[in-house]
Order: sequence, then C-alpha cells, then structure tokens
Amino acid sequence: MNILTKWLRAYLPGLPVDDAQLAEDLTLRGIAVEGIYPLSEGNGSLYEMDITTNRVDAMNHYGVAREAAAIYGLALPALDFPLPDAKPAAAPFSVRIEAEDACGRFTARVLRGVKIGDSKDWFPGAEVPTYFALLEQKQISNAVDATNFAWLAMGQPTHVFDLDKIEGGIVVRRARKGERLKTLDGVERTLDPEDLVVADHAKALGLAGVMGGWDTMITPATTNVLVEAAWFDPMAVRKTARRHGLHTDASHRFERGADFSAAPLASAIVSRILLANGGYLEGDIVDVQVPSAVARTAGRKPIALALSEVHRILGTTIDADGITAATVEGVLLALGCGLTSQQASEPAWLVTLPSWRLDLEREIDLIEEVARVYGYNRFANTLPAFGEGVQALPWAESEALVRQTMRSAGFHEAIASTFCSAAEAALTAPQPGLVVPLGNPLSEEAGVLRPSLVPGMLNMIAGNLHRDVSDVRLFELGTVFSGTTDKVEERPAVAFGAVGSLPEQSPLHQPRAIDFHDVKGAVEQVLARFLARSVYFDRFPSDAALTPQWLHPYRAARVVAEGVTVGWFGQLHPGEAAARKLKEPVLVGELYLDRLYKLPLRRPVSRDISRFQPVRRDFSLVLDKTIGWEKIDQALAGLQIPELVDWRVREVFHDARMAAGDYSLLLGATFQAQDRTLREEELQSFQERVVETVGKAGARLRT
Amino acid sequence: MNNDPIPNLTAFDEAALEQAFAALEQQARNAASALNGEADVEAFRLEWLGRKQGRLNDVSGRWLKAAPPEAKKALGVRFNALKAVVEALLDAALGAGPSDAALAAEAIDITLPGTRRLIGAEHPITRTLNEIVSVFAALGYSVGVGPEVETDYYNFESMNFPPGHPARDTQDTLVVANQDRRSLRERLLLRTHTSPVQMRTMERQPPPVRIVIPGKVHRNDAADATHSPIFHQVEGLCVDTNITFSDLKGTLDHAMKALFGSAVKTRFFPSFFPFTEPSADVQISCIFCGGKGCRKCKNSGWIELLGCGMVDPAVFAFAAEKQPAYDPKKISGFAFGMGVERIAMMKYGISEIGQFYAGDMRFLGQFA
Repeated sequence: MNILTKWLRAYLPGLPVDDAQLAEDLTLRGIAVEGIYPLSEGNGSLYEMDITTNRVDAMNHYGVAREAAAIYGLALPALDFPLPDAKPAAAPFSVRIEAEDACGRFTARVLRGVKIGDSKDWFPGAEVPTYFALLEQKQISNAVDATNFAWLAMGQPTHVFDLDKIEGGIVVRRARKGERLKTLDGVERTLDPEDLVVADHAKALGLAGVMGGWDTMITPATTNVLVEAAWFDPMAVRKTARRHGLHTDASHRFERGADFSAAPLASAIVSRILLANGGYLEGDIVDVQVPSAVARTAGRKPIALALSEVHRILGTTIDADGITAATVEGVLLALGCGLTSQQASEPAWLVTLPSWRLDLEREIDLIEEVARVYGYNRFANTLPAFGEGVQALPWAESEALVRQTMRSAGFHEAIASTFCSAAEAALTAPQPGLVVPLGNPLSEEAGVLRPSLVPGMLNMIAGNLHRDVSDVRLFELGTVFSGTTDKVEERPAVAFGAVGSLPEQSPLHQPRAIDFHDVKGAVEQVLARFLARSVYFDRFPSDAALTPQWLHPYRAARVVAEGVTVGWFGQLHPGEAAARKLKEPVLVGELYLDRLYKLPLRRPVSRDISRFQPVRRDFSLVLDKTIGWEKIDQALAGLQIPELVDWRVREVFHDARMAAGDYSLLLGATFQAQDRTLREEELQSFQERVVETVGKAGARLRT
Repeated sequence: MNNDPIPNLTAFDEAALEQAFAALEQQARNAASALNGEADVEAFRLEWLGRKQGRLNDVSGRWLKAAPPEAKKALGVRFNALKAVVEALLDAALGAGPSDAALAAEAIDITLPGTRRLIGAEHPITRTLNEIVSVFAALGYSVGVGPEVETDYYNFESMNFPPGHPARDTQDTLVVANQDRRSLRERLLLRTHTSPVQMRTMERQPPPVRIVIPGKVHRNDAADATHSPIFHQVEGLCVDTNITFSDLKGTLDHAMKALFGSAVKTRFFPSFFPFTEPSADVQISCIFCGGKGCRKCKNSGWIELLGCGMVDPAVFAFAAEKQPAYDPKKISGFAFGMGVERIAMMKYGISEIGQFYAGDMRFLGQFA
C-alpha cells in the first residue's frame, strides 16, 4: 500500500525529520518503506510500504503517524469529525446481529437528502481529490470516495447503501442455502450456508466484510444513504472471501483483525464528507455490539509485564542504562496501551491493550514492541555460552566420502528437480506402484515425487548434449520417494551419468569413448569406501522382472554388497536413448545410499611393505566366451597363496587364429614374500598351481 | 686420458705429501672437466676408482705401503680427502647425464595445453551449505535434518501458523495428492521451509539445543531469475537458559562476518514470522560496494539476507507437549533461516537461479 508524507504531516505537524529519514526510522522499526517517490513541489513523497501481515493497524495514514509519534515522542491528536445535530427519527433504524460468532459490532447511520456527485476538498482533513490524485486512487462518487477516504485515513472499511433499496432493516446472518447475490463486481453468486451476509428483512445485500451488493449500490439517483461501519470476525471473512475467490481492501483488513472501536469514527468520517455536499442526519447512530466479541477485542483483559522478563528475553544493550522502566512505559503509552504499575520488588505492570492491536495478546508481544520501538540496533552483539559438544549425523562422513569419491572420479555434482512425470517414474521406480503423486503439481512433467534420481539425470545429460556439450559426467546425491499418498518414505540415493570420451580434453592423445568399465571403476571406488566382506556385480539379461527397464539388459550390472542389492548401472537402454534422441551411448546408474550407509566405513590400515623383490609372471590364457573374469579371479583367490600378492587382467583380446567362441586373456600375477627373496623352485611351484587352478576354471594356457 | 702412472714417493714429510696429492687432485679435476657422454664417465670411474687398476688403488698400494709408520696417519687423511673429491667429481659427471645436443633432440612444445583430467566440482549449493554449516559448527552447532515431505502439523501448525491464518498465504504450498479426507494436521505437503526440523529436534531432545538444519524446500511459485519452486535453506535453532536477543544479534553478526568477510556490518529490523517473537530481518552491508550504494544493493548500501527472531513461546508450548523442559518461563531461544541460493548467487555472481538445477557441465565446471 502507499502512504503520502503530506497526509502524515497533516496528522503530525511537528515531525522533526525529512521524508528520507522518516522512511529509514520507520523501516528500522518494522514499518517498512520499500520505496520513496518524491512528488511535485509541496506534496512531499509517496512511500511504497511493505507492512507485515500482523501489522494491519499500520496499513493507513493515521496508523503510520501513530508509529512515527512513538518513535519521536510526539503527541498525536485524535481524529475529530464532529457531526451536525440529527433530526429525530420516528424509530431507530433496525439492526440485528444473528450470527453473533461472526459479527461483533454493527453500526448504522441514516443520512437523508444527500447529493451524489464528484468529490471536492471538502474541509481541512478531508482533501479527497488532492490526496486521491497523489495516491492515484480512482474517484468514483462522493459517497464511495468517502468510504475509501476513511479507509486510507484510518484503516476501517465502511459501506454505503442506497437506503431506499433496503427492506425493513439490517440483519447480519449466515446465507441461506441456494441464496443468490449479485455483488458490486457484477457477478451473480450462489451463496454457501457458511457465508456471512449483511441482509435486509427480505434478501442478502452484501458479503459481509468482503464486497457490497449490486442492487443496493449508490447511484446518481440515490438521495438517502445508510452508512455501515462494522467489525467482522477474521476467520468468517477469510472463509467467505476464499470461497468466492475474492480479495478486497475490506477483506484484507477484516481477515487480519480490524479495530473494534473504530466503527463510530469511520462512520463519522464518511457521514461528514457526504453531508458536506448537502443532506442531514436522521436519528442517532445505531450501534449493536456482541459482548463476547467485545471481550476478545476492545475489552481484552490486561496483560502482566515485568521488566525482568524484558531483560531476560532481550539481553544486553549498547547503552549502559539499557531498557529501564521509563523506556517501557514511554513505548507502550505511545502505542496506545494503558499501564498500571504492580506492587512488586521490581518494576512490573498490568497493560491494557489498544483495540487496534489484536496482534498484541501476550507478554512477549509487548516485549517485542519495546524492542522494536527502542531500536533493534541499539542492542549489543553478545554470544551465548557454548552448549554441548557438536554431534555429527551418523551418515555425514559416508555422504561426504561418496561425494568426494564421485568428484575425484571426474563427475560434477548436480541438483535436479525433486519431481518427475508419471511415465518417468513408472520407468525408473525401484518399487513400481509405490509412486507418490502431487495434488497440485507445477506441471504434468512434475506430477509425482521422484522415485529415482535417474529421470533427472537423463534430463540433465540430454540438456547438455542438446547444448552441444559432448563430455558429460554428472552425479546427484539426493532424496528419492516411495510409498503412497498416506505414507511417504524418503531415502538417500546417488545417481551418475556419463557420455563422451576420455581423456576429456587433450590435443596429444587419441580420445576414446567412455565405457561401461570406466563407470564401473567409479562405482568400485565408491564401494571401496565401505567395509564389505563381499561385493559383486551380476545381471539377469533374460529376466525382465529383475532388470531395470531403463538399462541395456546385456550391458548393465546389479551391484551387490554383503548380499544386498545396492544399485544398478550400465548403458541406457537403446530404446530409451532413441526416445530421448540421444545418439551416443549413455552410461547411467544409481546407488541406494540408505543401504550403503549401513556398512561401516573402511578405515585405512597400513601393512608393512615387503623389502624383498617382487616377481611378476604373465600367463597367456585362452577361454571360452561364456567364462568371465570373475571365475578366474575367484579361482586365484581360492588358492590362498600368501606370496601371490596381486593378480590382474593385463589384456583381453581375440585374434583370427582362435576359435570363434574363444578369447584370450593375459593374466599378470605378482609373487612376493614378506621375509625373504623367493627361490626359483618356490616360484615354479606357485606357477604350476596357478596354471592348474585356472585350468579347472576353464582356461588353458596358450601355446 | 693419458695421465702418467702413479710415481713412487720418496719423501713423506708434510710438504712432499701436499705436493703429491695436489698434483693428483689437479689431474682428476682436469680429466673430469673434459668428460663428454656416458662412456667417458665410465672410463673416468674405472681409471680412478677401479678396484684393480684404478689410480687411487695404486696410490694406496704404493704410497701407503712405502710410508714410514709415523707418516701413515697423515697420508691416510689426505688419501681419504682425495677419494672424496674424485667421488664427488664422478657424481657430478653422472648427474650431468646426456649432452645438451642429445637433450635438444628431445624438445617438445611446452606451450601446448596440459592434458587435464576432469576434476569433479562441488555444486555451488553444496559448497555454500557446507560453508554455512561449518561456520555454525565452530560455534557449537550440530547438524539436524528432517523429511522433505512433511505434515501440516510440523510445517505450519507447530510453527504457530494456526489453521486459516493469513500467514499461510505467504508460503504457497505443494501438496501430496488425496489429502482431503485426512485431518488437517496429518496432511502431507512438501515442506515450505526447514523450520519444521526445529520442532522435530525439540521433540527428540530436551534443551540445550544448538542446531543448524540445511535442506531442500519447495514452494508452488512461478520460476523467474531469482525464484525457483525448489530451493535450499539453512535454519538454525539455539535454545538454553538465558538466551537473549542480543545473543541472536551477536551470533548472526559473527556468522555474517565469517561468511562474507570481517568488514561486513549487520543491521536488524523488525519483521514478522509466526514462529518467532520478536522477529527480525537482517541486512548486511553490501558486499559489492562496501555500503556506498550500487546497482546490486539498489543504492541502499544494504542487502537483506536472512530472517530470525526469538523462538515464540507458542512454539515452545508445542514442543513441551512431548518435552516438558521447553517451559518458556525457564528457557529461551532464537531461530534463524537463510536462503542458500541467494547467498550462493551473491558469492559467485550467479544471475539466474535456474542454473543451479540445470546440470549444465559448463556452469558446474566453474566450481571445480
């Protein structure tokens, strides 16, 4: 909302600062001025305000003036709109509140013989067109402008009816089922039985506190007017406004708690402005109040406040005197509180609360007011005493190591959307069917909580390739979701993806395509961070139920640690790659970190390095293609020769001289003893045992 | 290499020894200076240090044997000194390696770029989160976490957003489907802030509490250059006896200096959050212009960075349902929260928030 400093200064002529300083002082006390726009000569500035929802009392000129008065210790004169004497009425205008839970007060004033026309600067304190022009507030008619003026001046919404269209009198009630009302915006509405309406004895006239009705609106022909100024319950107004998708100045104020005591003054402002163009008052103001509403607004019980509690919460000030009893009293009195000193060993008060500050309910609210007006930046910077020791999350180190290992393997960390499409979820969910949909998704592509990080990874890979970035190495560590809309489970996972060649950039070396085993190396390095007695990789190419649909069935591996599946990785299924227009082979995978985190971390243990010469022996083996390295590896492990300290594949190849179903594997074995140089006879015996055991595993020596 | 054979020595007085050994040392130095290539070096080694025909072997064989007993000690000392010189000459010659010409033939273009192995980069969000967390770890804060799918109770009600409260409108919420038939408290939603972890922590643990909560949060907001429906926050909570507003100020002032440099100033002004009272917004002096005013700080000299406040007694009352020690008359505390994207964007000069979630290798590579 916008505030004119010209209008503020009319209320507080003694303001000792310029507009810029005033804006800063207000902002530092929570009445935030977001922008200052200088107006033409003599018209001050326009403030664009950003006032928090709890401070609806300051969303008007008088309310801001009240804050300024408190800051500078000025006296703020009360608003005074004296009315002429009324002609007597035959009978008081009839007002009845039926919905006492939702309407706490309803005042009505009858004005007759008024003339509807354009607004003027009627009298000092009612410069309607001047202020409206500066605020760019649209002028409608002197009647409607009067209500807007009252609202801008002091924040109380009012409403004017064409009195002659009202049948009988006013009843504030809940709507009847199926009741219809055409509101001022021209919309015909069917009312809900929960809606609060201002009605006459025959029909609904308006949505209470939200919007008036079409049929009783002021027209140029109107001569008799009923001025409504009321107090409606915040929740009742909020519900009515929400049901009808309306948000008006009036509903904004009522939803946040209007000033229960403001109705007579607001009514007087509207009436006096209208009467400035002719007409007269008939009868006294009719003022119906609901005692229970009084009790929770204007008549709230006082709150106890102790200076010691102020100090306990707020702490140390820069100024040595700090917050004294006089500080507290000065602030609260300026804000409109009443104070009664309590008999106690230290200063304490009973504080009555201003009717316009429904946000003040508790001692802490008063403490905040003291701190706010005193000035937050006048408090010292202190540090609390140290608490207990810092405790790390049980998986913090594991998580950090997974990240570090992936980065060391050359993968950039990425963060993708938490959501994916239902189709992507169906493709990648480790537990199909346990996918959780959103009630109000951002888009169809983001319709469900991601059950896997793979969809996000594939999207990011595709995004890079479409931007002509050909070498992609990404990983994401994040949460995946499974379950139902009743119960959602969250687990940590890490996904990774790779496309392109190795080395990534070199003018000297022939690059080669990154392949399955490059990614497998990264997976192995991640797994090597954990202490697992057994880790193996397998696949189920012919068992669709066991192989994720997104993976190439013959170029994918399940990762198993300690007998538990901890992930899958491999080449993206060519069908999926084609569907995403990815021409190069994409390597992608996911590890289930909740399962990995159950394993202890491997702690480095040093062994003495042998001082004795290692001896390497190579074995050129021929194998049938159905026999994988794993079998040879296990056979060698089964030998349990302590001196066989290392064995590895040095080369795998196939040449034309070999049978079609065979391939050749060069095995390199290293023998070394801790305590001696190996003798030739020992080596001979080891070699024989190696040949024998790989022979049993299906390999024969190449001749 | 045509040194004379080792002559026989007739006099063994100091002067004679000096002269004889100096001559040998000179010969060795002359020979060493003329060495060119590995073969020369090997020949030099054999000539001087060879076990059978080496010149030093001759010296010890001839001179030492012939020397009278009283001269043997002095001769031994000189012999060892000469041997050390020869060995040093040999070491130097060996170290010299191949000739310059041989080396020049192996020249390469050292101005070609190096072969770089891709080093994985830490995501700027992870990096910023870790930085913030470590600043608070040094102040004694442990890390707390909580679920991204929350109940309405933890996200809103226990954080003192009563049902139907207008403050709920400020956080547009993504909800899980099919929640209408459940009680409001149990309805599942994507947490809109990390604050619910405050309550989860207090329910689990009596005071004192010092905790920072990094995490991902979601709001049903339209995306633009500075808004994303997905973003990250770091929440902090400190509860103990005698925790004051000035402690909150001091803690955040210290944290901002640790994050942005010791020249940074902070200022606090009143704000409103349902779960704190008093509540404050914190501004830091503009890190780009030092507070003089620039485009980045809209010429104000200040940048708004986080929200904070003293924990509202109503929040303690919810916590006390499970942990009675959260009696607002006996304990007090403060909480704060900051947007990680905003801080990362400031620290690294990132202009589009969407870049954080695009997985663009070119963007991420800048953080390696």
